[in-house]
Amino acid sequence: MGKREFINGNNAVAYGVKLARAEIVAAYPITPQTKIVEQISEFISNGEMNAEFIKVESEHTAMSACYAASCTGARTFTATSSQGLLYMFEMMQFTSGQRRPVVMANVNRAISPPWTIWLDHQDSISTRDAGWIQIYVESAQEALDTTIQCFKVAENKEVLTPVMICLDAFVLSHTEELVDIPEQAEIDRFLPPFEPDYKVDVNRPLTIAAGTAPNLYMEFRFTQQQGMLKAINLWKKADEEFGRLVGRSYGGVVENYKCSDADVILVTMGSLSSTAKDVVDSLREQGTRAGLAKLRLYRPFPEKEIFDALKSAKAIGVVDRSLSFGFEGSVFSDVKAALYNNNCCIPGVNFIVGLGGRDVTADDLKKMYDKLQYIQKNGKAEQTVEFIGLRWSE
Amino acid sequence: MIKLQDITEEELLYGSLACAGCGGIIALRMALKVLGKNTVLVLPAGCLMATCGFFPQMAVNVPLVSTAFPSTPSTVSGLVAGLKVKGKEDITVLGVAGDGGTADIGLQALSGSVERGENFVYICYDNEAYMNTGGQRSSETPYGAWTTTTPVGRNKMWEDKPKKDLLRILAAHNIPYAARTSISHPREYMDSVRKAKETKGPAVIHVLAPCPSGWGTDTSKTVELARLAVETGIWEMAEYENGKYKVTKIIKNRKPVKEYIKAQGRYRHLPDEEIEKMQKQVDEYWKAMS
Repeated sequence: MGKREFINGNNAVAYGVKLARAEIVAAYPITPQTKIVEQISEFISNGEMNAEFIKVESEHTAMSACYAASCTGARTFTATSSQGLLYMFEMMQFTSGQRRPVVMANVNRAISPPWTIWLDHQDSISTRDAGWIQIYVESAQEALDTTIQCFKVAENKEVLTPVMICLDAFVLSHTEELVDIPEQAEIDRFLPPFEPDYKVDVNRPLTIAAGTAPNLYMEFRFTQQQGMLKAINLWKKADEEFGRLVGRSYGGVVENYKCSDADVILVTMGSLSSTAKDVVDSLREQGTRAGLAKLRLYRPFPEKEIFDALKSAKAIGVVDRSLSFGFEGSVFSDVKAALYNNNCCIPGVNFIVGLGGRDVTADDLKKMYDKLQYIQKNGKAEQTVEFIGLRWSE
Repeated sequence: MIKLQDITEEELLYGSLACAGCGGIIALRMALKVLGKNTVLVLPAGCLMATCGFFPQMAVNVPLVSTAFPSTPSTVSGLVAGLKVKGKEDITVLGVAGDGGTADIGLQALSGSVERGENFVYICYDNEAYMNTGGQRSSETPYGAWTTTTPVGRNKMWEDKPKKDLLRILAAHNIPYAARTSISHPREYMDSVRKAKETKGPAVIHVLAPCPSGWGTDTSKTVELARLAVETGIWEMAEYENGKYKVTKIIKNRKPVKEYIKAQGRYRHLPDEEIEKMQKQVDEYWKAMS
């Protein structure tokens, strides 16, 4: 058993990085992420952590440096948010295309303009197809534990894919809670040192990220896809193993909260899941069979697991904190695709919520469940995409 | 001074697909001869990556990490840090990029890596335009030159700005070592590479490397033209070291600028009065420097 501290989500991620024994950190300041790398700097300064911190001049450089450091076989971490993540986009693809298991914390913040520093998921969702694994967390404790799990899955030789851990701006990054900090020895048992087969070695010169002609490019992409898909089961295994060794686990890739007998189920990602669980409990006290599927892993998309969670529902709602302009929330599209792939057609609705930090209350969630019950009764949804809490609909 | 007996006999660049008369490949080959096997090379998108880094003709016999266009210096930074934590600080990390990759899209990253004082060697091979994409204007395209984005039609749109002064930009960072040199002077160039390797901290070499297809010149004239650039005083050989800017080659009787200009297709459109103007600028520069 380690110690217990009252810390925020950013500090929790920093503890995770320290316990994972990251060797290289390259990062650039951006609100609301900055506290993560400040905390890591303090760890290094205090001699609690043995790592090189490259204080880069931009996020583009941060991700380039992480890509290269990982090529030397060093365990590598960075953190960013919002505009910073978008600025990294080009180099994110070098990291994933070259199969370098860099871990990054993205503190989810909306995109400008209008200028904002508040929470939504538009930043990470915009980079969905950059070849990174994405996992979303609900609490500071989950942020700490998941940061460590990230390295475990990323570095697995079947996977070799970078991972982005996403945590909600302010709600998680700046809000303190009691967090158990595991013992170093516990984590060392869980996470072995990083030893890649292919790295920079002057005695065995390799061309890393070589060019290819059309006769080979697709095969690289195919193997990248295979690596990603393997991460679904490996993450479940990692979460179980973490549970055995450290005493906490998070339901694998989709947390099934009272879904088994539920008529109406919401799908959420991130911190909103906590509020939704409370709402589920109070609805159940009133006799409504409500459930919640908390999507942890967003890429690779756990279509079988999400189908298993939703399959017996009469109506489903997918809560998106981002928007694919001109269509709907991306999580909604993906959930529908997963049901379609499993020959399942449940009436559903997409709730677009909390863009740019707009508060999403228990009352909002209660109304979403009411809507689902209405859909359950009618057998179909009237409106596919619904914006929650728009001021001119008051 | 570099001794020929000190440079590696092992060919570290073999079978490259570079064009005949490529100045860039000469610069890379000579640099690897000085730096030897204990080197990691970084190449961005560009001619050298296209000609040395594509499967199956990977021509570089040291580890090569290729990267995105703006990222040569930042990839160098990551390698330097990674090799340090792995206890391999004796390995030379070498970044090689063209004028576009260095003075334009890579300048911010280069400034960062230099300012942070990291230990690396960086070579900018300057062929004075974006040659890998077919010859578009860069900030290192010289005054008067035709490129595909400074065409000379009814509106005479030839390049109307002077070259960006990379060496003085580096000097403003108070870099431990920087040099402006030319592939036409292999002893001086290779000696700069040696000095760069021995420098503790960042060292950047800006080397003139003509491109026959982009300059409209015969493939046999690459070295000759680079030498002419030095002998006419258009290309100043210089170093920045220990806080001082030093001209390293003073040409006593400079050849006329016209000789250099008239030898190249990219200046074909240039009227005599423009060439005279260029001559005057060169004369004034050297007067100011003396």
